Order: sequence, then structure tokens, then C-alpha cells
Amino acid sequence: MNTTPVAGAADFALVAPEIFLLCAACAILLIDLWLPQRLRQVTYLLSLVALVVSAVLVAGLPGERMTAFGGTWISDPVAKLLKLVTCGTVAAVFLYSRDYLLARGLFRGEYFVLGLFATLGIFVMVSSGSLLTMYMGIELLALSQYALVAFDRDSPVAAESAMKYFVLGAIASGALLYGISIIYGVTGTFDLDELAAGLDGSAATNVGLLFGLAFLMAGIAFKFGAVPFHMWVPDVYHGAPTSVTLFLGAAPKLAYFALALRVLAEGLGSAVQAWQDMLIVLAVLSLVVGNLVAVAQTNLKRMLAYSTISNVGFILLGILAGTPDGYRAALFYVVTYVIMAVGSFAMIVALSRRGFEADRIDDFRGLAQKSPWFAWMMLFLMVSTAGVPPFVGFFAKLYVLQAIVDVGFVWLAGVAVLFSVVGAFYYLRIVKVMFFDEPAPGLAVSASGSFRFLLSVNALAVLALGLFSGALLDAINRALP
Amino acid sequence: MLITILFYTFAAVLVGAALGVVLSRNTVHSALFLVLAFFTSAALWLLLEAEFLGIVLVLVYVGAVMVLFLFVVMMLDINVAQLREGLTRYAPLGALVALMVIVQIVYVTWVRRLGLTADMAFPSAEPLRGTQGSNTEALGALLYDDYVLPFQLAAVVLLVAIVAAIVLTMRSRPGLKQQDVAKQVAVRKEDRVRLVKLPAEKGP
Amino acid sequence: MNEALGYWDAVPANLQDLVILVLQILGVTVAVILSVAFMTLAERKVIGWIQVRHGPNQIRIFGLPFLKGVAQPFADVIKLLLKEIVVPANADRFLFLVAPLIALVPALATWAVVPFSPDFVLADIDAGLLYVLALTSLGVYGIILAGWAANSKYALLGAMRSAAQIVAYEIAMGFALVGVLMAAGSLNLTEIVKSQSGGVLEWHWLWLFPLMVIYFISGIAETNRAPFDVAEGESEIVAGFHVEYSGATFATLFALPEYANMILVATLSAVFFLGGWLSPFEGIAPGTLLAEPSFVWLFLKIVFFLFLFLWFRATFPRYRYDQIMRLGWKVFIPLTLVWIFVLAAFVHFEIGPWAA
Repeated sequence: MNTTPVAGAADFALVAPEIFLLCAACAILLIDLWLPQRLRQVTYLLSLVALVVSAVLVAGLPGERMTAFGGTWISDPVAKLLKLVTCGTVAAVFLYSRDYLLARGLFRGEYFVLGLFATLGIFVMVSSGSLLTMYMGIELLALSQYALVAFDRDSPVAAESAMKYFVLGAIASGALLYGISIIYGVTGTFDLDELAAGLDGSAATNVGLLFGLAFLMAGIAFKFGAVPFHMWVPDVYHGAPTSVTLFLGAAPKLAYFALALRVLAEGLGSAVQAWQDMLIVLAVLSLVVGNLVAVAQTNLKRMLAYSTISNVGFILLGILAGTPDGYRAALFYVVTYVIMAVGSFAMIVALSRRGFEADRIDDFRGLAQKSPWFAWMMLFLMVSTAGVPPFVGFFAKLYVLQAIVDVGFVWLAGVAVLFSVVGAFYYLRIVKVMFFDEPAPGLAVSASGSFRFLLSVNALAVLALGLFSGALLDAINRALP
Repeated sequence: MLITILFYTFAAVLVGAALGVVLSRNTVHSALFLVLAFFTSAALWLLLEAEFLGIVLVLVYVGAVMVLFLFVVMMLDINVAQLREGLTRYAPLGALVALMVIVQIVYVTWVRRLGLTADMAFPSAEPLRGTQGSNTEALGALLYDDYVLPFQLAAVVLLVAIVAAIVLTMRSRPGLKQQDVAKQVAVRKEDRVRLVKLPAEKGP
Repeated sequence: MNEALGYWDAVPANLQDLVILVLQILGVTVAVILSVAFMTLAERKVIGWIQVRHGPNQIRIFGLPFLKGVAQPFADVIKLLLKEIVVPANADRFLFLVAPLIALVPALATWAVVPFSPDFVLADIDAGLLYVLALTSLGVYGIILAGWAANSKYALLGAMRSAAQIVAYEIAMGFALVGVLMAAGSLNLTEIVKSQSGGVLEWHWLWLFPLMVIYFISGIAETNRAPFDVAEGESEIVAGFHVEYSGATFATLFALPEYANMILVATLSAVFFLGGWLSPFEGIAPGTLLAEPSFVWLFLKIVFFLFLFLWFRATFPRYRYDQIMRLGWKVFIPLTLVWIFVLAAFVHFEIGPWAA
């Protein structure tokens, strides 16, 4: 009745990293069950090994674009790049989280297993060739995240934020699914390639398609945390254990970028007129609200949450350009942002200790006197996020602005620059607090050697990538030709 | 003719049951109306010759999900009056959203492919009816062939849901006494019984 | 006679079919209800015999001097129908009275797809096995609603226990049936029976032995029979879900569905695992009358399984509630899953009856 052959070995070869990751996660889950608490480190190490092996498997994938399983799976250079960055980010998150979890009695195997499942969800989203696969990836990632946020079961704040995240996330998933079903109803296909081939310029005026697109966009915006679908971001970032915030703030952004790229740019590329307008609204609102509200925050986690919102605005700016240059700029931005976000949240982890969360800006007072090295590292991260040359954050913003100016949105670039300047204020406030205030009592960097090393590498990478931004740009050009 | 009558009967019951879910004052009654709604929609599916979907709807939703739902609802003690306080405030907004959704559904079903030019190469969604063999076989072929990857991923999603649920609810309580059936069965007389030689009681 | 046939011929063809179908349905229903009546008698007699006592031995048909006790079920029915139906003061009146019917309908409707003999089955539908699963999963509603509507603590406790228990065992039951459909390659019950033709060793019981055991035990649990009858648990919660019922409602809620379901589980076990209406002598004496498939064989197999029901009830003490849950979730479900994989290996590598 259908002519497509049953999936063969070639199809399975393209999902080898995912199959390995899934098997590894299941195996670790079982191994963890039989481990006594004192050997819990084994789970942690095995999870890291699983990530490394999947990264190796990803690196072994063919370099050109290939589809598998009747078009429901895409393996291409972008996917490869994003998956590699994901592996690195998640591994860094695991490394950063170990001490934090140990100190709070949260060092349980499920943290790492759920992290691996979330990674699998990111992989699936990054590579999905049909809306159906995409949705499965989204749910896989989302469910793991809900559970991770509530991971500290004795914390009422965490439970509350998990509840908010879950309920709002379920509504967003509903909207997304509704949009997908409308698009299916209008076009009769889930397949992104078929959508791209079947739609032409008239698609942007097709009302049925637009309805579907609007719902889809609401779902994407919620996942990204773009204004006006951002309400969950500060609460969840604030309420979750910092090691989980570390996770939420970083790797999933890669997946959501892939979601936008695959669905909007690849699948509905011919309806660019339609989604460009929606994205402009989302991006401008995110830039304005994110930057302005961040100024008023006293809690560093909340401030970084609003900073995330404003950065999402920039990512959306790159996407809405609708040109290959724009997508490349957005990809550059998202990769560098993830590196900076991991570093910034890791700084909070570094200053936290048992019974104390260093998540207020005041907790960083006078860090330069106590620990000049980490004060400088934090300075690098903050200044880079603010977009000061020669750090990489500057180049990321620059490429995005170039891309949108190229397509004629000069006023948008103006808005973006203006609010970046506003943003610079609150990033620099942290620098001021660290370098010019008297030290807070009990302030200390209580992190292990490997943690310190990784954090230093992370922060220095922000500088190095800025100085040698060409290398990253080359990789991105190759990924998104 | 008969099919049409059946369709309208089931559709009417379905709409009535759906209204009952929302309007009923008693949560258990609401849940039961939901069961009725599932049943009638299963009947509608049967009318469409989608017997697999119809029966599975009954099996999964009515037979398992709603049983557990009832299980929970029966133990709840909900103050309905308190719940209704918010209703009047949010009713207009809810009605607006409902209206929007209805308009959209009508639009998409009615104006299907409006604006999309006819020569676009979309495969029309062929109904499974009419394929040789049963509906179940046709669905199985689709799930395990065209959609094998999303289908397997759905299983992974369920696995994650189970893991998440257990992580968030299971606490190992120290000092909990547990029964080991194997140990109980393997017990021997010598482990438990000690024969003590007591001198026979002497008379007074 | 010919005149009557003439009238019959005048009836439109599809109406004729309808009349015949309705008569067939009535026939099956009446047969099931009569079986239920005599099942109650058999239960008391068999358990009496196992416990070395007489059981009912007074009521005789029209006072005839032989077959003492045979008319006992009819006496019971008349007694129950004449008794007053008491509705508790704060009960949900509508649900309280409807619950017995909700319990009864699935117990009777499932018989529609049961193949009684090579050429008699009410509805020979493709997804028969799914239909059986779907309808047997509905039986719990009667019990839950009866327990809740009565507005009694004991009844509610019984309903809760029953709901959890039935959901747990339904999964194991479903997995056992997955094994059956893998072995038979069809969801149609007639096809499942046909796939077992070729003698006793071709029946599914051999290669699906763990599944048969699990299916039957789950069936006992699904029907709330001893040793899984915690939903009634007369020593703990008086009589559980049916504590407030009396008279005809008690008969339709408790006696009819429970026994009809027992007979159904016995029948389905026979159909799925013991070759239904196939003859055990098919491989031994081919061509003879003994090897002919017929309803008699099915009947004997049903009687065998029903006897097991009674035997278990007379022999085993009641399970503790947590043990029931443990058995269902931690023993049966993993076992069925493992055996499904073993079966898949058999089918894939063409071992045993699947050798091409």
C-alpha cells in the first residue's frame, strides 16, 4: 500500500548516536538502581562517558545532508554542529553540577539520567525532518526539564516553579500541537521537505496556514521564552536548583534554535513574509522587556533570566532576517550565548555552598579582593554578554545586526543597539559590585580543582573565541552553507 | 441512511456528554460524562470504519485512564462553590478563546487548501478505508514503516514520564520493614522451632 | 408450516437477517444466563464436595424424588427478585440503580465475538481480540460506581481496591493476549482458533504456557474471585462494593456479571490457549468423528477452566492486598514482557510451530 521500503541499515546508521544515547541512558538508569550511595560517582562518570561516546559518534556522521526513515530524520552539518555543542554543554553542566548536588544531598543518579534524556530530546529536535518527530523531541526535552526543576523535592520554591513550568509548558505544547495539526490539515503532510517543496509564495497569504503558523509561533516563542510568552522564565530560573538552571539556561536554547530553523526557515520558508512580522514583534518586545526589567533585579538568577530573554530577542532577530546570513548569525549567536550562559550560572554555583545560594547580586560584593582570578573570569563573562569587544559576545551581536541591516531593517538594528546599551548597564553593575564594593562576609569560592579549571577555560574561551572569531565563523559557514 | 441516523444520534449524545462534563456540579458525574463522550466518539470512529482507533479509544481511555481518574476524583473533596467563584470573572475570556478556536476549525475544514494553488505537489491524505486487509493492519504498517521513528520516540517520551514520576514521588524510608517472600518460603523448621524438653508436671 | 415460510419469505432480506441476528443474540444471552444459574449450583456442590459436605440438596424440580438440589438456582432467583430493593438514604440514587446494569452489559456483550463452533459466532469481526480487551476493561465501572454511589465507607473501600486491582491485572492480561496474537498472527478470534489446528501439541498452551497461566490468573483477579476477592473481603470490609445492595439489584450487580465473567474468562482461555472448538484427537485419529471440531470440545474445555476457578476458591486463602499488587505489577507484567520477547525470537527464527 505504501512504496517506501522498511527502514534499513543506512537509516539506522544515521541515528546511531541517538540509539547509543538512549541505550546508555537506560543502562545507566539500571546500573544506578543497584549502586550503593557511596558509589554514586559511577553514575556520574558513566554519564560523562556516554556523552563523550555520543559526541564521537556524531562526529563520525557523514558531512553532507542526508535523510532517513522516509524523511522524518535529517542528518546535516548544522545538526552535527549543534549536537556536538550540545554534548559539550551538557558535559560541562554535569561537571559543574557535581559539587553542588553533593553538598545538597541531591546527588542522585536520576539527575544525570534525566539530563541524558534531555540531551536525547535536543538531538531529536535538532535532526527532525517532520513536525511529528519535532514534537516528540520537544516533549522528551520538556518532560525531562519539568522533572529536573522539581528535582529538589524538599524545596517548596522548586516545586512551585516546576508546577508553573509544567502547566504553562503543557499549554504551549498544546498550542504547538494544534498549530501542527492545522498545518497538516491544510497541507496534508508533516514532512518539512514536502512542505518546503509544496508551498510557494502564495503560502504567506493562505489564511488556514497562517492560523497554524500563529499557534506554532506561540509554541516556539514559549519554548524560547520570548516576550510575551516569557512569564515562566524568571520564576523557573530562580526556583530551580542552580545546577538545573545551569542546564535550562544553556543546551535547550540550541534545540529551540533548531526548532525555529527547521520549521520556519526550512519547512515554511516560502511563508517568510508571514512569520517575519510575528518574529519582529517577539524580538522587539523581548529586547525591550528583557533588558529593562533586568535592570531592576537584585537576584542574579532572575537577572540572568531576563538577560536570557533579551538574548533570545537577538537570536530571533537573526532568524527573522530570513537569509542564510541571518541564520548563520543566529547560529553563531546561540552557540556563543550558550557558552557564556553556562559560565555565568557556573559562577553562582562556584560561590554557593551548603545551605547558601550565592544568587543575589550582593553576594558578589568584593569578589575581586577575595578571589581576583574568578572576579576577572566573571568580568569576562559579563562583559562578553554585554557585547563589548574584543569578546565573542560583541561579534555575535555584530553579525546579527549586519544580517538584519542587509535585509533593510535598519530601525530594528537601531532598537537592538539601543537596548544593548541598556543591557550593558546591569552587566557592568555586577563588575562594579565585584571590584569596588567591600567584601560580603563569608564570601569564598568553594569549588574543587576541576571545577575551577573548567570555569577558567570557559571564561577564557569567551575571550579566545572573540579574538579568533574567524574559526568559529568558518565552522558555522561550513555547517550552514 | 441508517449510518446517517446513527451518526447524528451519536453526535448528539457526544455533544450532550461534553456539555455534561463542563456543566455538571458533581465531579464524579463530570468524569462519567467524559466516559460517555469517549464512548460516543469511539462509536463515531466505528462508523468511519476506523475500528482500531475506536476500540483502542475505549480500551485506553475508558478502560484505563478514566478508571484511574475516577479513582482520584472519588477521593477528592472539592468545594464546588469556591471553584465557581472565578468562573464569572473568566467566563468572557474563555468564551472568546473558545470562539476563536471554533472559527479556526471551521475555517480550516471549510476553506481547506484555500489559496494553495492546485498544482502544488501535496500528497492528498488518503483515508485508510478501502485498503485491503483490516484497518488495524494498515495502521500497523504505517506506524512501523513510515512513522517508525516518531513512534519509537513516543515510547521514549513515556519512559521519561515514568522515570520523572518515580523520581518525584518515591522516597526510600529508612527502617521500612519489607517482606521477602522467597525467604519466607525457604524457611526451615530448624530455623524457627526449638523443641524444649519439659519435665511432665508432677501431681500435687 | 409452508404458509408460515411464505410469510417469512415476504420479509425483506435485510430485515430477515436482523430478526435472525436478534434471535441468535437472545439465544446466546439466555444460554449464558442459564449457565450462570447452574454455575452457582455447581460452585456450591463442588466446594461442598471438596470440603466433604453436601452442599444444596433440598430443592427438587417439581418435587421429583431424584436430582436433589438441582432447582436451587431457580429458588434463589425467585427469592432475590421478590426481595425489596433498599436504596440507602444519601446514595446517588440514579448511579446506585444504574451501576448493576453497567456491570452487566460488558459481561454479556463480550460474548458477541466468541466463536462457539466452526460456523457459529455472532459477530466475526477483525479486531475481535481488541474488542474483548476493551469490553472486559469496562466491567470495573459497575463495581466502582456501585461502591461510590452507595455512599458507604466499606463500599468505597471495596471499589477502590477493585479499581486498582483490575487496572493492574488488565495490563498483564493485555500483554498475554499480545503473545496470543503474535502466535496466531490475527486479531480475529476464529482465526486464532484456526491457527491452532493440528492436534494438542499445536495448541497455544504449549508454546505460550507462561502466558496461559498468567492470563488465567489475571482472569481470576479481574473477576474478583477468590483468592483475589479483596474487593468484597467479607472479613475486612463486610462485603465491599455490594454491601448496600439487595434483592434484584444484588443479583444483577453481583451474581450475574461475576459468574458471566467467570464463564467468559474460561471460554476465552479455551479459545486462546486450548484450541477452542478444535478436537484434541485431531492429530491422533484424523478423519474419524472424534477428530471433528465441534462445540462439545469447547464446552469440555470451558468446564475444565471453570472447575479450576472453583478449585482455587476452595483451596487458597485470600491474598493480602499489597501482595496482589506485587504479583500483578512486579511479577506478571515483567514475565509477560519477557515471554513476548521470547515469542518474538521464536517467530523470527522460525522455531517450533512457526517453522515454515
